[in-house]
Amino acid sequence: MKSRPNWPAGIFALVWLAIVVGPLLYLVTVSLRSRAEYLGKSVWAMPDALSLDNYVTVLTGGFGQYLLNNVIVTVATVAIVVLVTVPAAYAVVRNTSPFVQRGFTLLLMGLAIPAQATIIPVYLMITRMQLYDTLTAIILPTAAFALPVAMLVLVNSLRDVPRELYEAQAIDGAGPMRVLVSLVLPLARPAIMTVVVYTALNAWNGFLFPLVLTQSESSRVLTLGLWDFQGQFGTNVPALLAAVTLSVLPIFAVYLIGRRFLLSGLTAGFGK
Amino acid sequence: MPAFGFFALFAVLPMLLVIYLSFTAWDGLGTPALNGGENWSRLLEDSEARASVWRTLVLMVVSWLVQTPIALLIGVWAAGKQRSRAVLSSIFFLPLLLSTAAIALLWQALLEPNFGAFVGGPLFLGDPDIALYTVVLVISWQFIPFHTLLYQGAARAVPPSLYEAATIDGASRVSKFRHITLPQLRYTIVTSSVLMLVGSLTTFDTVLILTNGGPGTATRILPLHMYITGFSGFEMGYASAIAVVLVVLGTALSLAVMRWSGFRQMTSQQEGS
Repeated sequence: MKSRPNWPAGIFALVWLAIVVGPLLYLVTVSLRSRAEYLGKSVWAMPDALSLDNYVTVLTGGFGQYLLNNVIVTVATVAIVVLVTVPAAYAVVRNTSPFVQRGFTLLLMGLAIPAQATIIPVYLMITRMQLYDTLTAIILPTAAFALPVAMLVLVNSLRDVPRELYEAQAIDGAGPMRVLVSLVLPLARPAIMTVVVYTALNAWNGFLFPLVLTQSESSRVLTLGLWDFQGQFGTNVPALLAAVTLSVLPIFAVYLIGRRFLLSGLTAGFGK
Repeated sequence: MPAFGFFALFAVLPMLLVIYLSFTAWDGLGTPALNGGENWSRLLEDSEARASVWRTLVLMVVSWLVQTPIALLIGVWAAGKQRSRAVLSSIFFLPLLLSTAAIALLWQALLEPNFGAFVGGPLFLGDPDIALYTVVLVISWQFIPFHTLLYQGAARAVPPSLYEAATIDGASRVSKFRHITLPQLRYTIVTSSVLMLVGSLTTFDTVLILTNGGPGTATRILPLHMYITGFSGFEMGYASAIAVVLVVLGTALSLAVMRWSGFRQMTSQQEGS
C-alpha cells in the first residue's frame, strides 16, 4: 500500500538521529581522550590515541561502592514492589469489598502526586524513624512511589484473565494462596516483567530521595556519585564523562538483553 | 493489605503532613512549631516565589511546544513497518536509558563555552536570557523518546482500513495525516500532554545539576526554589507552603487538560462498554 518513499519524513528522521547520537558519540569519544588533548584540540577532530586512563581514575575513585549501593537499592525496591503488588492486584480483581476497591482508587490518585512535593515530610519521617543516611531510607519511599503504576499495570492485566479460570480453581478446592501461585503468577508474568523493568529503571536512576535522605559516601548511589565526581574532578571533563559512560553501561547491557520487555515496560500503563 | 498501608505511609501521610508543616516554623532539625499563617502571608509577598512560578510556566509551555510536534511526527513515522524504521527507532530510544544526572552532566560538558562542542557559540547556560530555553532543549532531548514511544504504539493501533479507504479516494499524505492520524491519536496527545506538563512542573534534578538555578536566578523554577529554601536555607515550614502550591498547580493542571480535551468522556465510555 505504501509505495512512494516519504522523503521529507526520512530526512527529518535522519536529522533527529544526529541529534540523538551526536551527544552520545561526544560522551564516549571525550571520555577516551587525555585531558591535554581535550583542552588542546577541537572536540570533533580525530584523537591521536585513545586512552583508558580516565576509566582507571574513575574506578579507583569510589565508583565500585556507588555501583554496589545502586544495585542493592534497585534489587530491594523491585523485590518490595513485586511482593506487595502481586497479591494486592489479585485482591483488587477478585475481592469486591468496598475497603479494597476504595484503597485501589486512593492508590491511583497517587499517580498525580509529585514526589518533590512530599520530600520535606518524607525527610521528617525518615529522620524520626532513625533511618537517615541508610540505604533503607532510599528504598522505602522509592518503592512507595512505584506502587501506583505497578498496581495499574498488574490490575489491568489480571482483569483480562477469564473468570472461569478462577472458578475452576475454586471448585478444585484451591485456597487463595494456591490460586496465586499456580494461576496468577504464570498468567501475569508479562505484566510482572513490565513492573520489574519500570521499577528497576526508576530506582536505578533515582536522584531526589538519595539526595535528600543520605549524606555519607558509604550510602551514596551512582547518580549522586556522578554529581559528586563533578565537584571532585573540577575541570577534568574527560574523567567526568568516563564516569557518566560507566554509569550507563550496566543499564545498556540490560537493554541489549531485554529490549522487548524494556520497551513494553516503559509504555505500559498509559494505554492508548 | 500491606500495599495500601505502605503507600499510605509514604505518599498519603506526607501529603497531609506537608499541609501541616506549611503552618509551622521548622529548621529541619528541631521540632516544627506552629506559626499560624505566617508562611502563607509571606508567600503572597515573595516576589522571588512569584518569579519562579512564572519561570515554571514558561518552561512548561515551551517544553510542550517543542516536544509534542517532534514526538508526534517521529512516533507516526516510526510506526511504519519498514525495517530501517524499526532499527532507527530503537536508536532514538537510547536517551531514556541515561539517568537525568548523566544527561545533565553530558550536556553541561557539551555546552561548556571554552572546550565544549559549540566553542564560540552563545553562552547557552551562562546567559540569563537563554539559560531557561537551554534547559528546555536538554529536557526535550531526554523525554521526546518516551513520548515518541507512546505515539508509535498508538499510531500502530490505527485501523489500516481507514488509510486504504482514503488512498482509494485519492487523499494526499498530508490530508491523510490531518484527517485520519491526528483525530485517531487524540487521546494519546492528551495522555502525553498531561505527562509532559506535570513532568515539567516537577523538573528538578536536570536544573539542579545543569545550572543550580543560575545564572543569578534565571532558571530557578518552583521545585528548585522549594528545595533551596528548605534544604539550603533550612526553612522547611516555608518550603512546605511552596510544596503545597506545587501540588495544587499539578492537580489543577491535570484536571484542566483532561476536562478541556474530553478525556473524561473517553474513560466513562470505556467503563460502559
